Amino acid sequence: MDPITLRLPHTVQRPQELTSYGPTTRTTQPIVTGTSVVAFKYKDGIIMAADCLGSYGSLARFRNEKRLTQVGEKTLLGVSGDISDYQYLQHKLEDMITHEYDMDDGQSLGTKSVYKYLSNIMYGRRNKFDPLWNAYVVGGIDNGEKVLGFVDMYATTYSSDTIATGFGSHLAQPILRRRVEGRTEQITEEEALEILDECMRVLFYRDCRTFNKLRRAKVTAQGVEISEPYSLETNWDFAEDIVGYGA
Amino acid sequence: MDFMMHSEQQNQLEPTQAPVERHSHNQWNPYVDNGGTSLIIAGKDFVLVASDARQSVGYNINTRYDPKAYELSNKTVLATSVCSADAKRLCEVLEQRAQLYYHKHERQISTQALAQQLSNTLYSRRMFPYYVFPLLGGIDAEGKGAAYSYDAIGNMERVTYKAFGSASALVQPFLDNQIGMKNQRGAEGERMLTREEALRLAIDSFTGAAERDIYTGDWLDIFIIDAAGVHKETRELKHD
Repeated sequence: MDPITLRLPHTVQRPQELTSYGPTTRTTQPIVTGTSVVAFKYKDGIIMAADCLGSYGSLARFRNEKRLTQVGEKTLLGVSGDISDYQYLQHKLEDMITHEYDMDDGQSLGTKSVYKYLSNIMYGRRNKFDPLWNAYVVGGIDNGEKVLGFVDMYATTYSSDTIATGFGSHLAQPILRRRVEGRTEQITEEEALEILDECMRVLFYRDCRTFNKLRRAKVTAQGVEISEPYSLETNWDFAEDIVGYGA
Repeated sequence: MDFMMHSEQQNQLEPTQAPVERHSHNQWNPYVDNGGTSLIIAGKDFVLVASDARQSVGYNINTRYDPKAYELSNKTVLATSVCSADAKRLCEVLEQRAQLYYHKHERQISTQALAQQLSNTLYSRRMFPYYVFPLLGGIDAEGKGAAYSYDAIGNMERVTYKAFGSASALVQPFLDNQIGMKNQRGAEGERMLTREEALRLAIDSFTGAAERDIYTGDWLDIFIIDAAGVHKETRELKHD
C-alpha cells in the first residue's frame, strides 16, 4: 500500500460538519437503571439487599443484574442508578485492587479506603459536570470497626447505621429507623434477615421498578457473603377488594 | 455557575411572554443543599464554634451525625454549611495547605494567615464556587479570640459573632439581640461574653433553631478554642 495514503484510526479526519455539529453531550439521564439498595449494621457486621432488575425506563429489560458486589477482601458494594456507569466503575475498582495486589506488601485495601476512592471519583466527575449517575452503598469491617457509607452522583457522602437509596429512602428508611436505629448491637442475623425482607417486601409492593428476584449480602469478621437470588412470599388477596380503577 | 442556582426562576415565564427556544441546553445542577446551621462567637481570649450534625436532602434525613465543623489544627476550627460535598473537600484542601505551610516554614500557620488562605482558596473557584459558607475560629497573634465569616466566593470579614446555614435567619437576630445589643435603648454596644455566657447562648440558639427549622437537629458539636487548644463537646438536640 502506498505509505502516504495509509491512515491509522486515530489520524482519520472526520468531516468538518460532523465534528462541529451540536453541543458536547454528557450523561443527562440514566438509561438502564437499578432501583433501591437497603443496608444496615447489625450485631455481626453489615447486611445489604438489592433486587436483580435492570430497568430500561418502565421496561423490565435485564432481569439478572448483580447489584451487590465484593470489592477487595472485606468490602461490599451496593449500587443503584445507571448500570453502565456502575460497570465502568467496577473496572476502575478492579484496576485499583489489582494495583494494590501487585504491590505485594501483604496489605489489602480496607473499606474506608475503597469508600474514599469511590467518593473522590464521584466528586471529580461531578466537578466535570459529567457525573456517574449512581448512588453507592459501601459496607465493610475496617480494623474491627463496622463501616457503612453512602455516595451519590453529587458526591454527597455520609455514614449511618441504616442506609437506603432511591425509593428505599422513602419506604425502607422509616422501617429501619424504627427497627434498627439505636439497637444495632442487639440485632442477630436472624432478625436482620427478617427486617431486610420486610423492607424489600414493602418496596416490591410499592415501587414499580422492582422485581421479586433479589440478593442479600453480609460482611462479617469472616468476610463477604453474597446470596444466590431468591424470592419473597407475597400476598395479593387484598386485590380482590379493590373497587374502581376499571376493575 | 451562579446562574444555575436560580434555574427554577429562569424557567418561569411572565404571563405575557411567549416561550423562546433556548439554544444552549439546560445543564445539570451539581449543587445540593444539605441544610444545617453553624455559629461562631468570639470572646476576649477564646472563640466558640458550634455546628449541628444533621445532614438532609429535601424532606429526607440522610444521617443524624455528619459533623460540619472540623479541627484544622490545634488552634483553628472551620465550621461550614449548605453543600456537604463541597464543604468536606474545602476542609481537606485547607488542611493540606496548613500542613504544607508547616513543612515549608517549620511553624504552625497563624489564624490570620489561614483565614486569608481560606479566602484565596474560595476565590480561586470564583467561576465554579464551593457552595459553602464558612466560619473560621482561632486565636490571633495578640491572644484574642478571632472569628472570620465568608461568603461562598471568598469575601471575608472579621466578626464577633455570626450564624450561617438553614437556621441563620432564626439564630442571627437572636445573637444581634443578645450579643450585639442592637437597637436597644440604654445599651452600650456589643457585649464581650464570658465562656459560660457564650456556651449558654450557643446552646439556646441551637435548641431554638432545632425547634423551628427542620434541617437543624440531632447533635450539636461545640468547640471552644483558647490558648490551651481546642476543647470539643457533643450535645444532644431534638431527634425528630
